[in-house]
Amino acid sequence: MLAALAGLPGMRAAEPGEFTRRAFANGRIDLTEAEGLADLLEAETESQRRAALRNAGGGLRRQIEVWRERVVMLSARAEAAIDYVGDEDETAADERGLAGEALAVADELRGWLVRPRAEALKDGIRVVAAGPPNAGKSSLINALCGIDRAIVTSVPGTTRDVIEVPLAIAGVPFVLVDTAGLRFSDDQVERVGVERAEAEAGGADILLWLGEPASAPLHSSRILLHSRADLADRRDAPDGSFAVSSTTGAGLAELAQLLLRLASQLLPSEDEVTLNRRQAEGVAAAEAALREASNAEIEIIADALRRSREAFDRITGRAGVEDMLDALFGRFCLGK
Amino acid sequence: MFDVLVIGAGHAGCEAAAAAARRGARVGLISFRAQDIGQMSCNPSIGGVGKGHLVRELDVFDGLMARAADQAAIHRRMLNRSKGAAVHGPRVQADRELYRTAMQEAIDESGVETIIGEACEVLLEGGRVCGIRLSDNTTFVARAVVIATGTFLDARLFCGMEQVPGGRRGEQAAIPLAGQLREWGVAQGRLKTGTPPRLDGRTIDWARLAPQPSDCHAWSMSALSQAETPPQLACAITRTNAKTHDLIAANFDRSPLFAGAIEGRGPRYCPSIEDKIRRFADRDGHQIFLEPEGLTSEWVYPNGISTSLPADVQQAFVNSISGLERARIVRPGYAVEYEYADARKLGTTLEHISVCGLFLAGQINGTTGYEEAAAQGLAAGFNAAAVALDLDPHRFDRRSSYIGVMIDDLTLQGVSEPYRMMTARAEYRLSLRADNATTRLGEDALRLGVSEERRDQIETHFDAREQASWSDTDEGQADAIYAPYVARQVREWSVLRRDCVVTIPAALDFAAIPGISTEAAERLQAARPQTIDQASRIAGITPAALAALHFAAVRRAA
Repeated sequence: MLAALAGLPGMRAAEPGEFTRRAFANGRIDLTEAEGLADLLEAETESQRRAALRNAGGGLRRQIEVWRERVVMLSARAEAAIDYVGDEDETAADERGLAGEALAVADELRGWLVRPRAEALKDGIRVVAAGPPNAGKSSLINALCGIDRAIVTSVPGTTRDVIEVPLAIAGVPFVLVDTAGLRFSDDQVERVGVERAEAEAGGADILLWLGEPASAPLHSSRILLHSRADLADRRDAPDGSFAVSSTTGAGLAELAQLLLRLASQLLPSEDEVTLNRRQAEGVAAAEAALREASNAEIEIIADALRRSREAFDRITGRAGVEDMLDALFGRFCLGK
Repeated sequence: MFDVLVIGAGHAGCEAAAAAARRGARVGLISFRAQDIGQMSCNPSIGGVGKGHLVRELDVFDGLMARAADQAAIHRRMLNRSKGAAVHGPRVQADRELYRTAMQEAIDESGVETIIGEACEVLLEGGRVCGIRLSDNTTFVARAVVIATGTFLDARLFCGMEQVPGGRRGEQAAIPLAGQLREWGVAQGRLKTGTPPRLDGRTIDWARLAPQPSDCHAWSMSALSQAETPPQLACAITRTNAKTHDLIAANFDRSPLFAGAIEGRGPRYCPSIEDKIRRFADRDGHQIFLEPEGLTSEWVYPNGISTSLPADVQQAFVNSISGLERARIVRPGYAVEYEYADARKLGTTLEHISVCGLFLAGQINGTTGYEEAAAQGLAAGFNAAAVALDLDPHRFDRRSSYIGVMIDDLTLQGVSEPYRMMTARAEYRLSLRADNATTRLGEDALRLGVSEERRDQIETHFDAREQASWSDTDEGQADAIYAPYVARQVREWSVLRRDCVVTIPAALDFAAIPGISTEAAERLQAARPQTIDQASRIAGITPAALAALHFAAVRRAA
């Protein structure tokens, strides 16, 4: 049937993302909704799908419209105070409190910026296994995945590159990251691997440390593992360490539960609209501009508010001084 | 044989004629009546916030308005004085007679020849302007024509349900010319403006009203004006009240505005009193500034109650206002509806895109205000002379002048309501100050040619900027305050400049670009942006459309 349709004059198959692009170009959806649709297409887990649906359904657009509307109103008041000085008694009251209200919006934006980013959900929680060579990192990851993903031998230093394994536990996306053992090495290739491993540990959402507890790197979300607990000489896990065995599977289910518990703190909550990195940059720029609006002359405040509006516009892809003028004339009685 | 002919001797026409003459053109200025040259048809004031910036910019180029305003100033106020220097707005109230006299003298001195008559037809030859025919069939040859007819194109006056053709009380309207503009597809639609009733100052109870004195701090509109000015008068402030509002509301059905007789859109920033009362019903009063029209005139301009209600309603509501209980209306207020041109059909030199040598300037382009008109006149005059004498065109830049902001807005966006200059329209407001016009535009002015006196002033100014003592001057101090913000804007410009580099081919068919909606294509077609930067400022152009356009432009160029 597709072939028959394609044979008709003027008929062709849509290109990937073509309808989304057209809807955006025609102003039917904004940039955040387009991003949501793109995420929806890529969603692999249930929680990713729900988050993408929230944005595709305009959740973030509506929130940004609320903020933007507040800033537009502040702008209109600032501009009224500048351009309608003939009516000073009518606009003077507006000048007061303008900076305070700008700060209130800034604080609200800050509240959003400290929340988990959408990427955590989209890309998965990065769980990095780190530790000295031959501590059983690759075996652990293989055991968690139930597949032989990483090359495992008992020769120290087998894993020379960083290996990433995407995995969903109870619908929550994780990326398990296997790293080369952290040690000093003369081997050129392995030294590069070690550097990358250290970088990976730094960029981990959750760090699984398989070495001595005393030498564990600092990390806000760290699990100390006592691996190879099936071995006779490693039967007793030190205090604060979690015993697992990749060979027997002991402790793996509990570890999975622990990962889920930690992940729930790192992921946006179910009903929450989230910002991705690009959107967060825009919100941060808007916040910075609003903070500048405090404690300044009115024309500086107005300039800061303008930049804040532009930052919101970059997120959703709208623009124009006209919106501000509409607010100005629609809500204030101005002019002689 | 003229180089440049200017139709209309209002604020746009006078500046256009004088500017063209300063560039060396032989200029004829056509007006219905000699006494109308430089007439202030509405409020007797020049300047304000944004508008004052325009006047200071005009002055750098030896424009006439600033000096005429200084010679006629009977009341001065630096608006926004308590705020930052970037938004200070110099405004004067001018004696109508003194202003007109100053303007007529300036025109006489400029070497411009005045022609009394009605211009009926612009004569064309092979798509080029070649002259003008008057209603008495006299023809004049010219290489460029500036149409600066203000509200006089097929204008109608409304006072209550009465309506008469005419652009200003007691004057005729330029009807045949409107037909010709329609033929060229220039005429776009109708706009409305209004003026308040004039009061007899002797019947106002001044003693009961709060006086508003003139600034004691000395300043002038023009950098070349002498300190001596006419005597300064005080204004007074009063307010409308509940009784006024009731009287007006009871007569809404007699307003041509609400009864549908006026179809043109009025300015939202300068609404009629009936509009204010209908739209802001919760307000219990609106401020009125009582402004004397001149030293020898008894007329007072009540700023804030522009209206087209019938004369009896005007008299009744005026008498309901404190201090005006016995005030007599000497001339009722009225509304003017007029035809305006689509400025998107003009290039940034204000020349028509397809009729070579035809320029449009002033209120005809949909603007309101003397200052906006004069600033366009200056630009059109410079460029009409350039066309006639094969000189370089001059384009004002929105990054360095309010004149540039306005012309860019008009020619790119067009207007849907009368366009008034407001500082909110200038994204580079912090660098476009009324006090640094010479710094911003001095070099351009020197290049275009100015009087010797002006050259001295500009060069002295530039020398002073090099001195250590500069930081003690008002302008130097303002420079220091805004320096960090201006530095950031300069960084923003450099990003924009990248967009300016991508030029859009003139022959590009917007409708054929994949990813551009029909609506966006229509908007682009109407605005004809020359660069991606310009396209980004067109209302309704989404970033996606911009990206598609960028791609198409780059691909075409490759």
